[in-house]
Amino acid sequence: MFEAVLLTVITAATPLLIAALGELVVERSGVLNLGVEGMMIMGAVVGFAVANQTGSGFLGVIAAVAAGMAMSALFGFLVLVLVTNQVATGLALTILGIGFSGMIGEAFIGVPGLKIPELYIPILSEIPFFGPVFFQQDSIVYISFVLVAAVAYFLFRTRLGLVLRAVGDNHGSAHALGYSVIRIRFSAVLFGGACAGLAGAYMSLAYTPQWVENMTAGRGWIALALVVFSSWLPLRVVVGAYLFGAVSVLNLHAQAVELDIPSQLLSSLPYLATILVLVLISANRRLTLVNTPACLGKPFVPDR
Amino acid sequence: MKSLLKATVAALAFAAAGSTAQAADVKACFIYVGPVGDFGWSYQHDQGRLAVEEHFGDKVETAYLESVPEGPDAERAIERFAREGCNVIFTTSFGYMNPTIKVAKKFPDVKFEHATGYKTADNVATYNSKFHQGRYIIGQIAAKQSKSGVAGYIASFPIPEVVSGINAFLLGAQSVNPDFKLKVVWVNTWFDPGKEADAAKALIDQGADIITQHTDSTAPLQVAQERGVHGFGQASDMVNFAKDAQYTAIIDDWAPYYIHRVQDVLDGKWESGSSWEGLAEGHVVMAPYTNLPADVVEMAKATEAKIKDGWEPFTGPITKQDGSVAAEDGVRLDDGAILGMNWYVQGVDDKLPQ
Repeated sequence: MFEAVLLTVITAATPLLIAALGELVVERSGVLNLGVEGMMIMGAVVGFAVANQTGSGFLGVIAAVAAGMAMSALFGFLVLVLVTNQVATGLALTILGIGFSGMIGEAFIGVPGLKIPELYIPILSEIPFFGPVFFQQDSIVYISFVLVAAVAYFLFRTRLGLVLRAVGDNHGSAHALGYSVIRIRFSAVLFGGACAGLAGAYMSLAYTPQWVENMTAGRGWIALALVVFSSWLPLRVVVGAYLFGAVSVLNLHAQAVELDIPSQLLSSLPYLATILVLVLISANRRLTLVNTPACLGKPFVPDR
Repeated sequence: MKSLLKATVAALAFAAAGSTAQAADVKACFIYVGPVGDFGWSYQHDQGRLAVEEHFGDKVETAYLESVPEGPDAERAIERFAREGCNVIFTTSFGYMNPTIKVAKKFPDVKFEHATGYKTADNVATYNSKFHQGRYIIGQIAAKQSKSGVAGYIASFPIPEVVSGINAFLLGAQSVNPDFKLKVVWVNTWFDPGKEADAAKALIDQGADIITQHTDSTAPLQVAQERGVHGFGQASDMVNFAKDAQYTAIIDDWAPYYIHRVQDVLDGKWESGSSWEGLAEGHVVMAPYTNLPADVVEMAKATEAKIKDGWEPFTGPITKQDGSVAAEDGVRLDDGAILGMNWYVQGVDDKLPQ
């Protein structure tokens, strides 16, 4: 029973986790991309379409990642090269993604999807309790575990990660030191797009293997909130995503066992929890300032 | 430049020719709350629109606007259609009620049809379907087929239509197995495949082996298929998503109503009114019964026939959850009581959110 709940929590949390990790890297480089939802939904539709046409879930995932990257490249070109307003461009990207995905996906409505098979990791999957929960999942869940470690290592243990954070904290100085601010930011934006696309593929190929318009249903926005929630630290994103997933799944279980709590209150719990944590985090101003990328959302135009 | 100009002129001429060729007798316009691709509510309304086009051919022109939010935007959209020369406008969501009435006052010559509402005017009619008739049948099937004796119901919002659906389902189930249990989970959304799937998983983990829903996506049925339990399609036939899991589906078929009403407009016979029909008139249709033993199919078909003959599922004895009597033996609830239902029947394991 408890095992079953945990399994559901992991599936609910994985798309949030992946998309939020991508956006975290983007924001660490000083760019605010509000188009996560749009990139995610494009990943979902392209992943579904390709998997459906080729019969291969693997190709679907690759295509979804590519679709997310293509969307983010458009965003990157607009905000980094043409220096458009990041907030407006990000919102436009979301609207574009939702509309465009509906158009592409029209042919795939009512078509049953293809589910990425579960991959049991030998030995580890036989550990009682932990095995079934953590090591009998589909491959994207494992990718999410690896991504967390990789992003945390990259940002805080590598030289390039240091440069990326420097660009996000003070693009003027980074530029003066000879780093290409635009190129680094563009790479970060592309990584964010790839993650959002992968999260979208998880929605349409593993979580609910089907295509319906607007199927991400606001998860891109929650991922954005999780980045702030985590105060731009990868391990806290994990905590946030799983907490969010857990609260929303427990809400459903609480109703099924007939706990006498109004369902509307239970439905709002994940959001209330997010607000509470945000308040607690921002209470510690020094810590917040240390981790917030100082140049977040600020445009950069090299003067020479 | 010159060639571009030429092309533009040609395109304009073509467009003009196109619109004269389409000079239909009646223009029927539709406003949807969701995308036509939701494979549920709006999708079925659009199927109705397509049926109108096919039925009347050149005589009727149709147009639609999708994903129109309920509220001020709806008023603008409806008014736009009225100005564009639509003769009859179908507004297909509950929240369009007041905007429809408002615009209708400004355009007395245009006919308006509002789905699921309760306000009418000289040029505003309302229409709805008796979906609860289908729910009674699937309740009976659930009670016959369930091994655990527990069904899970994924509900959207505590409005009368959803509540009467839950009640009809349980009354149907109780007619087969008086001890049948029903767990209700409110997801507070019409459409969120992920959340609906999670709700289905939670219900199955809590012992339900039949899943039914009053939300719009196919996700719960897919979960049922994956977990080896069973369920029912909602709004459209979802058997493609759950070949082994779907027993049947309650299909909203708006085509007969739309064709009938557009015909009335064509004939100049259109009158305001309230339509609320069900299985008998083909506004609610049961999808083919699958994955069921013959005797259960027979029972379902017998109930279907009984309802078509005029029997009402909300016929007493009906006891409310609090133990009070809702209808004496043999007494049938009137339409108002069903359309405004805000209480559970006895046996629902849930407290109705207020």
